[in-house]
Amino acid sequence: MSSELSENLLKINAELVAEILCRFIAAEIHRAGFQRVVVGLSGGIDSSVVTFLCARALGPQNVLAVTMPYKTSSEATRRDSQAVIERLGVRTVDVPIAAQIDAYFSQFPDAAQLRLANKCARERMTVLYDQSAAFGGLVAGTSNKSELLLGYGTQFGDMASAINPIGDLYKTQLYDLAAHLGVPEAILAKEPTGDLWVGQTDAGELGFSYAEVDRLLVLLVDRRWRRTELLQAGFATEFVDRVTTMIRRNHYKRRMPVIAKLSHRTMDRDFRYARDWGT
Amino acid sequence: MSPAADEASALSGHPRVLRVAMAQIAPKLGDVPHNLALHVEQIEAARRQHADLVIFPELSLTGYFVRDMVPDLAISPAGPEIRQLIDAAGPMSLVVGFIEESPHHRFHNAALWAEGGQVIHVHRKVYLPTYGLFDEQRYFAAGERLMAFDTARFGRVGILICEDFWHLSAAAIIQAEEVDLLLCVANSPARGVDGPKVRVAETYEQLATALAQMLGAAVIVVNRVGFEDGLCFWGGSMAVGPDGRTIAQAAMLDPALALAEFDPGELRRQRLISPLARDERLLLTIEEFHRIKRRRYEQ
Repeated sequence: MSSELSENLLKINAELVAEILCRFIAAEIHRAGFQRVVVGLSGGIDSSVVTFLCARALGPQNVLAVTMPYKTSSEATRRDSQAVIERLGVRTVDVPIAAQIDAYFSQFPDAAQLRLANKCARERMTVLYDQSAAFGGLVAGTSNKSELLLGYGTQFGDMASAINPIGDLYKTQLYDLAAHLGVPEAILAKEPTGDLWVGQTDAGELGFSYAEVDRLLVLLVDRRWRRTELLQAGFATEFVDRVTTMIRRNHYKRRMPVIAKLSHRTMDRDFRYARDWGT
Repeated sequence: MSPAADEASALSGHPRVLRVAMAQIAPKLGDVPHNLALHVEQIEAARRQHADLVIFPELSLTGYFVRDMVPDLAISPAGPEIRQLIDAAGPMSLVVGFIEESPHHRFHNAALWAEGGQVIHVHRKVYLPTYGLFDEQRYFAAGERLMAFDTARFGRVGILICEDFWHLSAAAIIQAEEVDLLLCVANSPARGVDGPKVRVAETYEQLATALAQMLGAAVIVVNRVGFEDGLCFWGGSMAVGPDGRTIAQAAMLDPALALAEFDPGELRRQRLISPLARDERLLLTIEEFHRIKRRRYEQ
């Protein structure tokens, strides 16, 4: 058996990660000419970690936590968001989204649950960007590496942001970081959910737990293991193939829209500048 | 070599401790005027601390992810920007990272040593990493020389730029050049966060420590800090004596002007204890490389 398998593949030095990410948040916000940040806070582990990091990086007075409940949002969502806000002393605004979502779907009463879920995610995005203009801060993203790889998010919805401090951390690693940062225990203990409909859980929808899939993802993506090596190591064929397909099929979500090339210099193909150009 | 140069190359004969300032800065990406001002500020601070040498990181005048900005940011070592820095440095020696445009419009990731009012040496990065997050060969032409040079106070010096430092052959050539001091100027981004410090920082420390002992020379690594496109440059600039002991190390992640003091006598003592450089068999090495060349390229 490879010695890599006996390692804790997802180990992080949580304080080192926090130090880097807080500097990242401050550097990216300041170089864009801002002092403040806006976060959509759901009371889940991802948005809680981002809120904690932003408060540490910029000071709580420079963080606006926006809660955006829909009518199916659970009591736990409200309670846990509130706990984060109170713990950190960040600024907050509550913007329920039921009125506009329901007004829209009154035209399409037979719409599938996924459409409602995506619409809610995109509605929250527009609220965050509007609040960012009102508050004078950039939107911090809350998509983690597991979600980004699996495509378990809504394009131009929860995947949209100006900066994303946690996009290179697997969900499993976020638990270690959250515990280190002092995220409330109730948030660490609860089952991951998008809270997009009653009873929804990530594991129920995906068909596997983050603990299982993160171990596979880190070998496949970070350590560059081949399929045959993963199968030899005991990963089920269907699991490996399903996850590999999800990564490939959702790649479009991780890229800007594809542009038909005509000229000698086309955005992002041969017109190449860093995003942090000139800052 | 002239007698004067021979005398100049004797670092161990220098009468006093030499002070080196490692300017661990966070340049603004693509803003040469801003970065020039930052350099002047650091140079003045280094002079106030009576430094003999101030070293800036790789591409210190431009930032790292320069990409399509390369032709717009390139300067000449004989141009006004470097002149301004040389003038600011006064009696102090100076190492600066910049983009050099050759007369044939090739663009190099380069670093220069200036002292006594003039540029003594320009090193053009030989190994341009083009893998993983790196894409340097797309924008830069590779340097063709790994040469050391004689300095007024630091003896014979070799400069490597970041990836050059990871190539054993570069260090071997620099050793054959009989250096007293090896500089590595870097823009090393953080990767690997599972250990007590950034993994790549640990590797740099191991390389610097091992190379100092193997070369029998002092080694100084100057790395930048700050962020570009999500990449964190980890800093941790370090000065290592010829015995492999760390003399000084700058903070991780934050800007610093870290001072290291070298006792020139240490070089002589260390070469008596461990005469590895003396015992190197250069002609054997050359013969073996010729044999390998015939086997790999001429059969």
